[in-house]
Amino acid sequence: MDANGKRWAYEDFVPGMVLDLGSMPVSAKEIIEFAKEFDPQPMHLDEEAGGASVLGGLSAAGFHVGSMMMRLMCDGFLLDSTSQGAPGLDFLHWRKPVLAGDTISLKMTVEAKRESKSRPNLGLVTLRQELSNQHGEQVCDMQSTVMFLKRNGSESR
Amino acid sequence: MRFEEKLALGRTVDLGSHTFTAEEIKAYARKYDPQPFHVSEEEARKSVLGGLCASGWHTASMWMRHHVLARPAVEERIRAAGATPIVFGPASGISALEWLKPAYAGDTITFTQTALSYKAIPGRPDWYMLQSRCEATNQDGKTIMRFLASVMVSDG
Repeated sequence: MDANGKRWAYEDFVPGMVLDLGSMPVSAKEIIEFAKEFDPQPMHLDEEAGGASVLGGLSAAGFHVGSMMMRLMCDGFLLDSTSQGAPGLDFLHWRKPVLAGDTISLKMTVEAKRESKSRPNLGLVTLRQELSNQHGEQVCDMQSTVMFLKRNGSESR
Repeated sequence: MRFEEKLALGRTVDLGSHTFTAEEIKAYARKYDPQPFHVSEEEARKSVLGGLCASGWHTASMWMRHHVLARPAVEERIRAAGATPIVFGPASGISALEWLKPAYAGDTITFTQTALSYKAIPGRPDWYMLQSRCEATNQDGKTIMRFLASVMVSDG
């Protein structure tokens, strides 16, 4: 049986599996819009201030980079999965700025998985994400844990 | 004023509060995290989360907004004491982030920051890596999110 018709359920994740989650362009307009709402610092709001900063150009806010990784995960596999949300992140490193005009790509590796002790219909999968720019430079990496329904468990709901 | 005092080491600073509306939860989610439980009340009720709630990244981004908007008051306090405010550089990362509970539509979330420690950065004189504990608490006093953040700072 399928898990509500979804491609990815807990059972489908195998440690060591690598998925290419696609790419997206990053525009100046989007960087400024996000920054106005969530991180109104000059280097994220203004081309000139960004160019004058150590980041070397209009750069996306750190949480904007995280949010864009989230979107790539959604489009790459999460929306076609039994995901029930994420309890947390082990770590996230911002290694290089994401600048206006960059195109970012996300690669995901399945690190580990375990069944939930308290909820027999759920499992937890640890995922490593590596975000790169169009020059092949790693700009951000993170490791997170996501809850997925099991294929069988999903039938009892 | 000593650097430690400017950083308010060990003191939990209230960064302010925000009430999440259903509309803004869905607007953020449509852009960055369109999972069913962040864009549809009905789907959210059927999920493990039990109701429409903000994307974890939305809650984390809202922490950042409050951190940035709280800075001028901190700088003013330092200037009033006749000292030069600290300068913030880029953040290097976060760790041990836990989304303990969702921020549901209608919840009022209070954000705090506690500077824990700082250390010199090899090869970068005048700059230090500051580690802070960052938290979000709901109107029932329950911690809903916490993480550690590392950001570069300089003593003005």
